Amino acid sequence: MTARAIAPMIPPERRAVLPVRTQLAIFLRMLAIQGSWNYEILLGNGIGFCLEPALRLLPEGLHSQHFKDALARESKYFNAHPYLASVAVGALARAELDGETPERIERFRTALCGPLGSVGDRLVWAGWLPFCSLLALFIFGLGGGPMLVLVVFLGSYNLGHFALRWWGLRTGWTHGLRVAASLGNPVLRNGPQQIARLAALATGLAIPMALSRVIGPGRVLLGGVLGSVIVGALVLVRLQGRIEGWRLALFVLVAFALFSVAH
Amino acid sequence: MWIDLLPIALLGGLLGLDVVSFPQAMISRPLVAATFAGALVGHSPSGLLVGAALELVALDTLPFGASRYPEWGSAAVVGGAIFATHPEHPAGAMEMAIIASLSTAWIGSWTMVKLREWNARWAANRREALDAGARGAVIDLQLLCMTADFFRGALLAALSYGVFAPLARWTLGLWGTDARISRAVLVTVAASVAASAAWKIFHGVSGARWFFLGGLAVGLAIMGTR
Repeated sequence: MTARAIAPMIPPERRAVLPVRTQLAIFLRMLAIQGSWNYEILLGNGIGFCLEPALRLLPEGLHSQHFKDALARESKYFNAHPYLASVAVGALARAELDGETPERIERFRTALCGPLGSVGDRLVWAGWLPFCSLLALFIFGLGGGPMLVLVVFLGSYNLGHFALRWWGLRTGWTHGLRVAASLGNPVLRNGPQQIARLAALATGLAIPMALSRVIGPGRVLLGGVLGSVIVGALVLVRLQGRIEGWRLALFVLVAFALFSVAH
Repeated sequence: MWIDLLPIALLGGLLGLDVVSFPQAMISRPLVAATFAGALVGHSPSGLLVGAALELVALDTLPFGASRYPEWGSAAVVGGAIFATHPEHPAGAMEMAIIASLSTAWIGSWTMVKLREWNARWAANRREALDAGARGAVIDLQLLCMTADFFRGALLAALSYGVFAPLARWTLGLWGTDARISRAVLVTVAASVAASAAWKIFHGVSGARWFFLGGLAVGLAIMGTR
């Protein structure tokens, strides 16, 4: 057995205690978990950065070899959705402070990457974000002013965002290396589908309302635009995979600007 | 000139940072970033208007993992500021603001890739210290990369505004298409992108198309009563 594999025994009374101050430090650092994202170790350094306040609680303290080994281990390659990485951070903090062996921790890190990435992508990027964005566009279409629209968007989005990060940290810490079962939580399992339905509803509501506000009054023009949008959307769906919609939008607008200037 | 660019650069840096590095609270979404830029220039309703049009386009690009996506934070600051400097909304102003934003977002996407390569280089330079579990190396790397991201966004916003603001002013003097027609073309393009993006996201979810049609019926009914 190598020196790295030997972790000091943690007295039972010290287990499951993560001071509030440490929890807050970890939570704040989690907001910067992607700060050093790169193509070599992805989130790796961010995980180490977030765990560092918890590792200070190791029995031998900040300057021990045990602390350094743990921090080196936790700063290696890792990939996950940035919000759901909080589950890993909580679980890894618990594992390190409980004195789990490095081999178990490394196996756990490898196993957790995939699920935390795919669940987070479906729940947040393909569900919650477009839903909140479309909800805010609907409020804009109803005539909402800058303050109202921003409060609705940032308030609703970040309610989910911060709640998810906090839940992840708490859940990871509570279950440690057995946290995988928590990913079967109904919100994570069924949430993406339910949110996608709500987002589809919001799409139908928001697009006509938002475009009518941007154009301004005039039903004939609005009718023509709505018809053109249906045709344009169908064309873009057919072109899917060949060109991205936003790039095509830029080309069309540049061509229109050139026409308008030369006209 | 430089004094004018400084607030735009600072806002672009802050909101560019939000896209990936810190805190990913979506203050970098075009709806928010363009409104902030409009407020900075002195006309937040203009910022909101251009932000809403950009948000429709931005629905096409969601920040999935390591994929390459446009950097909307700094880009929307540029567009919001350009449009808000023409609060009377002359023909072509919104089109030029959106063109400026989309171009900046495209360049921003490239700068993010370059930054991630630099982050990897900085991490490689500290490999020995990181492998030894040096606390200072982990924290320094995180702070260095975040600082670089801030300056990336700030520089991008300043340079882009410096190029596109005069170009927009020059173009508006020559714009020959009616203002409402121009706006209609822009909105058609943006809403087409949003609708196709929504289809991409939701078409695989059972029942989603009925929710969409229900929402569309209600949306059109509300429009009809106004």
